[in-house]
Amino acid sequence: MVKALQYALQRWSLRLRISALDKKLLRDVWRLKGQTLAIAAVVAAGVALLVGTYGCLAALQLSKDAFYERYRFADVWATVKRAPNSMLPKLLEIPGIATVETRIVASATLDLDTMTDPARGLLISIPEGGHPQLNDIDLRAGRLVSTGRPSEVIISDAFAKANKLKLGDTVSANIHGNKRKLDIVGIALTPEYIYALAPGQLMPDDKRFGIFWMGRKALAAANDLDESFNNVTASLLHGAVEADVLQRLDILLRPYGGVGAYGRKDQISDFFLTNELAQLAASGAVAPPIFLGVAAFLLNIVISRLVATEREQIGLLKAFGYTDWDVGLQYTKLIAIVVGIGLLLGFAGGLWFGRGMTTMYGEYYKFPLLQYRVNPGVFAAASFVTLIAAIIGGIGAVRSAIQLSPAVAMAPPVPTTFQRSRFSVWFEDLRISQPTRMIFRHVTRWPMRTAMTVIGIAFSLALLIASFFFMDSVGKVIQVYFFQAERQTLTVSFVEPRGAGIQEDILRMPGVLAVQPVRSVSARLHHGPYTKRTGVNGLIMNADINRLLNAEEKPLNPPEGGVALSDQIAKDLNAKVGDIITIEVLQERRPVIDVPVTQIVKQYMGFSAYMHIDEINRIMNEGPTVTAIHVLADARYTDELYHKLKNTPMVAGVAQTEVALKSFQNTMDQTMYVMIGFYVAFSSLIAFGVAYNSARIALSERARALASLRVLGFTREEVAYILLGELGLQTIIALPVGCLFGVALAFAMSPMLKTDMYDFPFVINDPTYGIAVSVVCVAALICAWLVRQRVYKLDLIAVLKTRE
Amino acid sequence: MTPVLASATHQTETFRALGLTKTYDGETPVYALRGVDLEMFEGELVVLLGPSGSGKSTLLNILGGLDQPTSGKFYFRGREVTTFSQHELTMYRRDNVGFVFQFYNLIPSLTARENVALVTEIAKAPMTPDEALTMVGLGHRLDHFPAQLSGGEQQRVAIARAIAKKPSVLLCDEPTGALDSKTGIVVLQAIVRANQELGTTTAVITHNAVMASMADRVMRFADGQIVSIERNRTKLKPEELSW
Repeated sequence: MVKALQYALQRWSLRLRISALDKKLLRDVWRLKGQTLAIAAVVAAGVALLVGTYGCLAALQLSKDAFYERYRFADVWATVKRAPNSMLPKLLEIPGIATVETRIVASATLDLDTMTDPARGLLISIPEGGHPQLNDIDLRAGRLVSTGRPSEVIISDAFAKANKLKLGDTVSANIHGNKRKLDIVGIALTPEYIYALAPGQLMPDDKRFGIFWMGRKALAAANDLDESFNNVTASLLHGAVEADVLQRLDILLRPYGGVGAYGRKDQISDFFLTNELAQLAASGAVAPPIFLGVAAFLLNIVISRLVATEREQIGLLKAFGYTDWDVGLQYTKLIAIVVGIGLLLGFAGGLWFGRGMTTMYGEYYKFPLLQYRVNPGVFAAASFVTLIAAIIGGIGAVRSAIQLSPAVAMAPPVPTTFQRSRFSVWFEDLRISQPTRMIFRHVTRWPMRTAMTVIGIAFSLALLIASFFFMDSVGKVIQVYFFQAERQTLTVSFVEPRGAGIQEDILRMPGVLAVQPVRSVSARLHHGPYTKRTGVNGLIMNADINRLLNAEEKPLNPPEGGVALSDQIAKDLNAKVGDIITIEVLQERRPVIDVPVTQIVKQYMGFSAYMHIDEINRIMNEGPTVTAIHVLADARYTDELYHKLKNTPMVAGVAQTEVALKSFQNTMDQTMYVMIGFYVAFSSLIAFGVAYNSARIALSERARALASLRVLGFTREEVAYILLGELGLQTIIALPVGCLFGVALAFAMSPMLKTDMYDFPFVINDPTYGIAVSVVCVAALICAWLVRQRVYKLDLIAVLKTRE
Repeated sequence: MTPVLASATHQTETFRALGLTKTYDGETPVYALRGVDLEMFEGELVVLLGPSGSGKSTLLNILGGLDQPTSGKFYFRGREVTTFSQHELTMYRRDNVGFVFQFYNLIPSLTARENVALVTEIAKAPMTPDEALTMVGLGHRLDHFPAQLSGGEQQRVAIARAIAKKPSVLLCDEPTGALDSKTGIVVLQAIVRANQELGTTTAVITHNAVMASMADRVMRFADGQIVSIERNRTKLKPEELSW
């Protein structure tokens, strides 16, 4: 195979009339193929990440923009309790508004034959026989709902797929306390729910949450909203000030139970999509430069070494009359070939990676068309960044080749001076073998080079630790959130606030062991110029099912006479303990109160504000009232419990903690862990690249000395020990250094992972160090094995014959 | 065999050096050349004889445009090389000088033919690599890599490489130093042949006094200076030498 390749290369070069110098170049590349590939692979890793990430980003951005534009994604939303249709002209008069559409949006509990636990449907009205003006639907199958057929619905594509529903199927739903049969006539996508997250959920669950579009009249009738609406969407004119429009909407809608208008940045789907794109862009900006930096570093050590070993040849070429430029060009070409191979591999890898990543995003973000596209701009940018890395890595070596004076180059290099330093004097008193002494002398003789190898290996270890850190962090979030804080089996939420007596009803349901009430209101929090829209949850004292935890994961009681804020919310409001903030409740009688911040709670997700439940009841001027009940239930009775809940009026939804946990873990498995897999592979590649190059260089420098030892009677193993011992020593020094780097890198990265939804704590578990260290050691061992094969093949005669 | 000709009497001057010195600075400065005056003529074969460290190689480096003297002047065909810029030196080497080194200095990754082509590709009116290799008796070893050639063969490839551009001057630094006498003679034959057939001014550095008898003139070196110059009345052919 190799022979055939060489032969082919030879034939090819004959035919092409390649200059002798270029033949030398090609043969050099062939001779250095291991090192060439190691560097090319690291370049490829960086380029692949860059091309894949930004290509995927471009695809998402493009699909998003096209979907938003073509299907007229709204700019603002507002929810009211009930407003008459006659309001519409007033809404249209608001300056800055282009289009307004009023709708009815309601939730329903769904009873699917395939599932015992209830699913949740979000019902959205559309004009009978027509398309909505805003947030249009993209019909994937079937047709629009017709006039006079109130049971017809169009359902979201993901829900249909997850539950294997098709046109003509029927779904039974509990809408506003009434059981209804709904006939599926269409399947659709919408820009409004590209990321379909049920209210209060952390991850999309297509099986348990679906969007249903119903005729306006039918949905109005089902919800007692004839001639009325409870939801407004609007698009804005170019140049309109969103804040002004929102304010005017609020003023107009307040009398009708408006709970505060909001723009795209608070629209759940857009919020997640935008966040995801930002995070993707950030990850694309962090990782590739690291890889290309390492590639530059490897290029530097390899090409510098090559120039040093070829100094005689360089002198010779100059003696024959080749110009400095000719010689410099040769090494530049060598760099170009190495980097070029990496670039091409990276392009191929990037396309594959980008496609995979885009497909993966398609699972969570439902676009009509999401396709990874070959984006010339991304390729150009990747080439440019790679070029810079190549220049940084190669310029020093090329310059030294150019500057080498022919007379100096032709003279044999001065033998390296070894000195007995204070350290080595101490060291020589130790009883160690000569080979071991050689190892230590080499390591200390070239401290810069040793340092570079150590740093290179340490860096790959650091990257591994930082990659694994994600898993530790997510593990911590899961542990705290699902096992310490959210300990309920399920949470039942209601369409409207209910009297506290409902607790007794639920407690009597099959399998229910304990219940815990929550009263939540949606509110706007104000602190000076800062405003934040969030829920305020009313909690009970000494809660044992769903607990509020502090930074030490100890349960907290809700504050009495004040409000506790998630640290994220406190940060957004620029509030600290003792500050007075204003809570503007956005529902019912819309009270506005000033309260002191009594606590700031460290939370990883589900950021919110917390008060005592009685305090909220008092503010709302109501008796004991709840909006949701956390339930601890016996797993043996869940089927009966679900059946009962499905048939309970006014239940808006049932959120199961275990399902949430599973979908959280699934998402992590499919997204984050895939990415981490890539990073781990790439990091191992770096470890291997650095170790291999360093060992090969050491071998080429010491071939003569090692062969002499063989002539003196050393065994192959003893000789290999001298060379590989050095690699081993460098690796051993690199391990603690790498762990420190890793901690620093993970610490630097943890705030970058933070979004408005999650906070990833800085946690590195002990096994992480062990795994990362093992990966690096395995990479070093593989490379040691490869180099050992070369030591075994040392040609004693040939090595000794050639001049040093 | 070509008859041995005495050098022409009305010779054109190839090199003229006046008071060349070369000092290497350091803790203790090394005086490699201490004022060397010399002339070399077109088509002449000169042997520079002297112990190692006597400054022969330094002189050769300066004559070949690899290095510049610390002081003194040096002319090639009437042009003052000591004033050349780096680029002019490169062009001087490219167009006029052929080098042969003690340790052959072939590029290990190139075949015999390609090692010669390395030079012919940048020369003005070269022979083909095949011609040059045939001239040194290696027409049958064209596609061998250096590692597949004996020491003598490698040195002959180096000579072919040096003469392929038909240089005005051929500078040989201990060309037989790494070879046994039998192989050394084959190499010297190749050098003499190039000198005679191409009329190349040839300087051969050696510390082997036997080789002096094949030269037109012999310059003896000691301690950075030329101590004597002799003209041979009769030149011996390489095959008549033995050491």
